[in-house]
Amino acid sequence: MTAFIIRRLLQSILVMLTVALVAFALFRFVGDPIASMVGQETTLAERQELREMLGLNDPFIVQFFTFVSRAVVGDFGISYRLQQPVMELILSRLPATLELALVSGFFAFIFGVGFGVYTALRRGGWLSSSIMTISLIGVSLPTFLIGVLLIWVFAVEFQWLPSFGRGDVVDLGGWWRTGLLTESGRASLILPAITLGLYQMTLIMRLVRAEMLEVLRTDYIKFARARGLTNRAVHFGHALKNTLVPVITITGLQLGSIIAFAIITETVFQWPGVGALFINSVRFVDVPVMAAYLMLIALVFVVINLIVDLLYYVVDPRLRVDRAGAGH
Amino acid sequence: MAEIPLLSVRNLVVEFPSRRGTLRAIDDVSFDIAEGEVLGMVGESGAGKSLTGAAIIGLLEPPGRIAGGEILLRGERIDNLAAEPMRRIRGKRIGMVFQDPLTSLNPLYTVAEQLIETIRTHISCTERVARERAIALLDRVGIPAARRRIDDYPHHFSGGMRQRVVIALALAAEPDLVIADEPTTALDVSVQAQIIDVLKEICAERGASVMLITHDMGVIAETADRVAVLYAGRLAEIGPVRDVIQAAEHPYTQGLMGSIPTLTQTDTRLVQIPGSMPRLDAIPKGCPFNPRCPHVMDRCRHDRPVLIARGSKREVACWLYEAVREEVHHG
Repeated sequence: MTAFIIRRLLQSILVMLTVALVAFALFRFVGDPIASMVGQETTLAERQELREMLGLNDPFIVQFFTFVSRAVVGDFGISYRLQQPVMELILSRLPATLELALVSGFFAFIFGVGFGVYTALRRGGWLSSSIMTISLIGVSLPTFLIGVLLIWVFAVEFQWLPSFGRGDVVDLGGWWRTGLLTESGRASLILPAITLGLYQMTLIMRLVRAEMLEVLRTDYIKFARARGLTNRAVHFGHALKNTLVPVITITGLQLGSIIAFAIITETVFQWPGVGALFINSVRFVDVPVMAAYLMLIALVFVVINLIVDLLYYVVDPRLRVDRAGAGH
Repeated sequence: MAEIPLLSVRNLVVEFPSRRGTLRAIDDVSFDIAEGEVLGMVGESGAGKSLTGAAIIGLLEPPGRIAGGEILLRGERIDNLAAEPMRRIRGKRIGMVFQDPLTSLNPLYTVAEQLIETIRTHISCTERVARERAIALLDRVGIPAARRRIDDYPHHFSGGMRQRVVIALALAAEPDLVIADEPTTALDVSVQAQIIDVLKEICAERGASVMLITHDMGVIAETADRVAVLYAGRLAEIGPVRDVIQAAEHPYTQGLMGSIPTLTQTDTRLVQIPGSMPRLDAIPKGCPFNPRCPHVMDRCRHDRPVLIARGSKREVACWLYEAVREEVHHG
């Protein structure tokens, strides 16, 4: 177990270094950062001096090493556009994105599993068929369109929910501003959370349904029925637990994509998260912010992957091979 | 008045509706199982052995359905019960052992969890009592150090040990009838005999009847009291195991017996029945065995043979014996 964790950690570090290399190399080609930092009237000598000061004349390897060693301690430099430390900027925007992502991930998982189990058990029923048909819309409509449609229906026509922003936020300990504690904050969260989670929900639902149908055909389910267990025990005790093993992986990885794809939803709803920050940085070629964002997303994926692998151990006893005398 | 048999299957018909018409997988099969009796059921793959078992315990997979006949447990019909009363019978009065012990147990639960769950579904008792019962059961089916191993997961056990666990699970609520569907087919030859012995002993001890489904005549010969031979979903012959093996009457059973190697046999080649069992959508008219039968008569191609009593204990579905019966009648 310990060996497994250490091995996975080493792999994670390798992945992060690769992403760092890509991020670093990629942004060397998006334009000369000096050009966007200085005004028209700056002399060539001054530019050269600035270039030297920022270390832009050092060999590639040296620059990369400096980038990585600073990134490790959370120093991604200063934003060209906002003249603030990048890490500070991202940390101040992160709570908004994480709250949005977790709420929509939770929504996607609960409804995805619920609908998936229902449609698997009531195969052929009219409600199941309707859910399956409607789910096609969730899969096929692009996120921004769903967002705009929801705004049109619930914010413009019915005027039930706000169409943009985060509502009132409460400061928790100076480093986390939450919208979950105020009514306007919660109301503001509903539409973006549904928009962001709808695709993942239909994906989880279809996965759970397929997996559940598969499990219901297995011998151990047949044997559980032959022992006279109640439908409830067979469906939820035996079938669902086995269904969730593969579903956990996908859901975990989907949480990563939710955070990454929050960019579109944040743009549509003007949600003040890191996604919106990234979009604005792209517009101004704010390389440090873009690089930091890329690294952050990579870190989220790596960490989630690690957690998912560990969850596997908790759920599936067959992977715990630490016992002596196995296979008696 | 004759004693009521534990299980009585009367003219059972199982059908599978399909796009190209209804397939009749079991056609007019009747047999009884007495209290404490072991009935062997043999036949080739697809003869309807397992389906008969599934029909009895009420676990036919849709679209398969019982289209006719009745199944009586101690004289009460169970083939038309609603889902909930039928569930109460499963495990409690009829237990079932499946073919593959590697896939019969849920991999995510310990043996203790699965046993205790089964016991407490049918018998109201505390967790602690159920656990003690579970340990006693495991001990009885021959799991060494049952008290220590009960909290292991299925993958910690070998195939033979897992089948013992499956037997313990099937017997957890002390059913009157155990349907064992090819219980040893997936096992190593060396442990097959042990598993059959365990199953037979425990059932004898508790007075439970067994319906042993297999295609292995050797297992039947050693275990069963009576044997029923199925062919293409129909009963070919039924009778005491010794009589059937020593003097098979149905040409199909004779063929089956001829294909078993024996130590005393001097011939180098085993007898083989020509051809193969018909598909369900192409069962020939008359006797389903007629295209392969060495004694085929004109009548076999038109009229389906009925079960003809041969002595007090045997029945055979073959026109060869109709003539004999008529002679007895007339003479």
